[in-house]
Amino acid sequence: MQGIIKGFQQLLKYPSAIIGLALIAILFIVSILTVIIIPRDEAIRLWRGGEAIWGQNPKTVPPAWTNLFRSKKLPETIVLTMADESVQTEVNERAEGENRVLVYNFNYTADFAPQDVVFSFTSRYATRNPFVSIFWVTPDGREIRLMEQGIGYNFSYRATQDTKLSRRLGGLSPEIGLFDNPETEAVDVLKGQYQIVIDYLTFENDSSISKADVVIHGKVYGLFGTDHQRRDLTIGILWGVPIALAFGLVASFGTSIAAIIFAALGVWYGGWVDELIQRITEINLNLPILSILIMIGTFYSKSITTILGATVLLSIFSGAIKSYRAIFMQVKESPYIEAARSYGATSSRIIFSYLIPRVTPLLIPGLVLGVPSFVFLEATLASLNLGDPVLPTWGKIIYEAWGTGGAVYNGFYYWILEPAILLIITGLGFALVGFAMDRIFNPRLRDI
Amino acid sequence: MSVTTPELEAPQGVPQEQTTSPKRKNSTFARVAKYTLLKFASIFLSVVVAVYLTILIANMGGYVDQIVRGQIREFIGQQLRADQNYQQMDPAEKNAFFLAQVERAEKRYGLDKPFAVRSLTFLWNAIRMDFGTAQLMASDTGSRQVKLIILDRLGPTLLLVGASNLILFFGSIALALMLSRSYGNFWDKLIIGFSPTSSAPSWFYGLFLILLFAAVFRWLPFGGMIDSPPPRDQLGYILNVGKHLILPTMAIILSNLFISIYNWRTFFLIYSSEDYVEMAKAKGLSDRDIQYRYILRPTLPTIITSFALLVIGLWTGLILTEGVFQWPGLGRTFITAIGLYDTPVIVALTIIYAYLLAITVFVLDFVYALVDPRVKIGS
Repeated sequence: MQGIIKGFQQLLKYPSAIIGLALIAILFIVSILTVIIIPRDEAIRLWRGGEAIWGQNPKTVPPAWTNLFRSKKLPETIVLTMADESVQTEVNERAEGENRVLVYNFNYTADFAPQDVVFSFTSRYATRNPFVSIFWVTPDGREIRLMEQGIGYNFSYRATQDTKLSRRLGGLSPEIGLFDNPETEAVDVLKGQYQIVIDYLTFENDSSISKADVVIHGKVYGLFGTDHQRRDLTIGILWGVPIALAFGLVASFGTSIAAIIFAALGVWYGGWVDELIQRITEINLNLPILSILIMIGTFYSKSITTILGATVLLSIFSGAIKSYRAIFMQVKESPYIEAARSYGATSSRIIFSYLIPRVTPLLIPGLVLGVPSFVFLEATLASLNLGDPVLPTWGKIIYEAWGTGGAVYNGFYYWILEPAILLIITGLGFALVGFAMDRIFNPRLRDI
Repeated sequence: MSVTTPELEAPQGVPQEQTTSPKRKNSTFARVAKYTLLKFASIFLSVVVAVYLTILIANMGGYVDQIVRGQIREFIGQQLRADQNYQQMDPAEKNAFFLAQVERAEKRYGLDKPFAVRSLTFLWNAIRMDFGTAQLMASDTGSRQVKLIILDRLGPTLLLVGASNLILFFGSIALALMLSRSYGNFWDKLIIGFSPTSSAPSWFYGLFLILLFAAVFRWLPFGGMIDSPPPRDQLGYILNVGKHLILPTMAIILSNLFISIYNWRTFFLIYSSEDYVEMAKAKGLSDRDIQYRYILRPTLPTIITSFALLVIGLWTGLILTEGVFQWPGLGRTFITAIGLYDTPVIVALTIIYAYLLAITVFVLDFVYALVDPRVKIGS
């Protein structure tokens, strides 16, 4: 035990180990905070909730902070609702029903046009549906008619899909044309105060419009951007941290500790126990582990616990068990073991109190170095669409970005780079510490 | 090499071998042959067990049977819907006819026998590389035979593994030797500092390489093995495949190079502090001679072992790399099979990977026996 503490003190002499420890510490803090702030069920709801939760987000846009590095700024999403204080309302009572005019104001300062302008309404009526007209007033005073029609209980209007409007705007796509500066030849954005006038008529006394939202979808969003389903990637990226750490640590610890116990048992009891463990190892070395995990994921369950269990089971009897065995063979002959035997110590006492603690220093570097490979194994499986079906993981984000999202071909690089960079940070953190530990605990390497 | 003196060769055992009688030579041959045979038998046995385990995992709880049964029913249902005679039968007759067809098909698939019997039949078939027919996938020639599908795809995988491994093996040994000669200098520290990067698998590097060289710079193709349509002349064809080979090979090399250099440099350093190397240095031998005769030769078995482990890791590690690069090899076939849920192909590929692993282990064991005269048999 003292050796281990001493080893850790030595660790602080290596600058690379300090960087590694800092990275690991940050990851731990982030994962604890994530689990506390966004509990598992909430994360699943936000990640798999459907249109209702992320419908107002723009589609596949980079994070908002990327604007800091741009000379021409991309727009952020603007949401306008009836409840806003700035909305001016004018009501004219009619014989039956009413005429209401809502005026929304917003200031547009970005250098690019938004992704889309979406209006959504909820109305209440018995037989005759309300009639809505929408007008768009630009900062230079032009009034553009967007839509005039009767609406159902739930109705939405997307400017980008209005081909007639596009023709009236001179062939420009509506979301660009609505913000275009007509003074200039080029397609550019007219900055300033815009106005949206929603003028509607109801034809029954009980009839009303309870929701009239305007969402001007931006081209940047949040801390991590959004994916092709308009989901906020923050949830996936942040929840990927505890999952990656848990998978890597549990798999690495479980595998190493089980391997060392089996190696010790084999060496101590010898005979058929040793023989059996050796044979299992040989067979296991012939098993293609990744393919078997793929098979388990495809045929049984993609749940992260199943995959984790199978990974540990398949990795116990690997090459490492052979090197532990070689070490135990030497330790078994040492005088202190003989002394223990002579005073009548039980086998289990010798194995767990004398044999195993002796090789623990050798175990630690391998244990730490094993973490990144298991983290990447999980990412590999998830990238083959064998990730956990409910929880978001980095590998699943990469899979969606690469496959269905077509992120490479469409240039959504942030979408792949975010999980990839976090994977690198995790891998690098543990690898840096592991390599330093390897030098400390394996004296033969110390001078090298 | 001209510097070497006869008395220096003596401890290496080389001149002794040249002067040995035919009988001694024969015993070397017998030793290698016996070792090889024993190894072959033990590896073959472990492959059989591994294959049987694969079959058990693939069919635990009859889960796969259910899929097959469902697919049989769906397929026959589709077939019958297009059948004029069947359409004119009355409902009871229709049902009886349908069930009879299903039963016949299930018998053909051997689903009526107990699982223990079926698993043994499957094991026997798998050992003979007879994997039956695929459910949905087909080979280039349109055959449904799993064996043909796999044979079609083996070539590209071997090309990729071969190209990357050769560069990796010789490149890292050469670099490791160079570094071990001048350890502690800037380059040594730089490359050792890079060794943690090897914890990422090759597909991961593939993502970045494609992003950089294909998407941003547009220098190299995104993936695939050949342009479509392929160039007509032979030279153009080879160059085109070569162009497609660059990025995946780079990805594999990047993810393995630094750790291999690190491992081998460590070995070389440990061996170069041995007494006999110090002795050679004291005798004033050239660096080159010391490296080849006193460092490289005795570490060869270790080098081969670590190379074997590398190749074993590469075989299955390639699955997603091929997927990322759309390389038409075994790995991509595996991914397609997962996507289509094509059970026979998935099981067959897992078994093929087990075979490839075993062949790798066997070949390297054989080479090991050749280069290391210390290998003991039977004791």
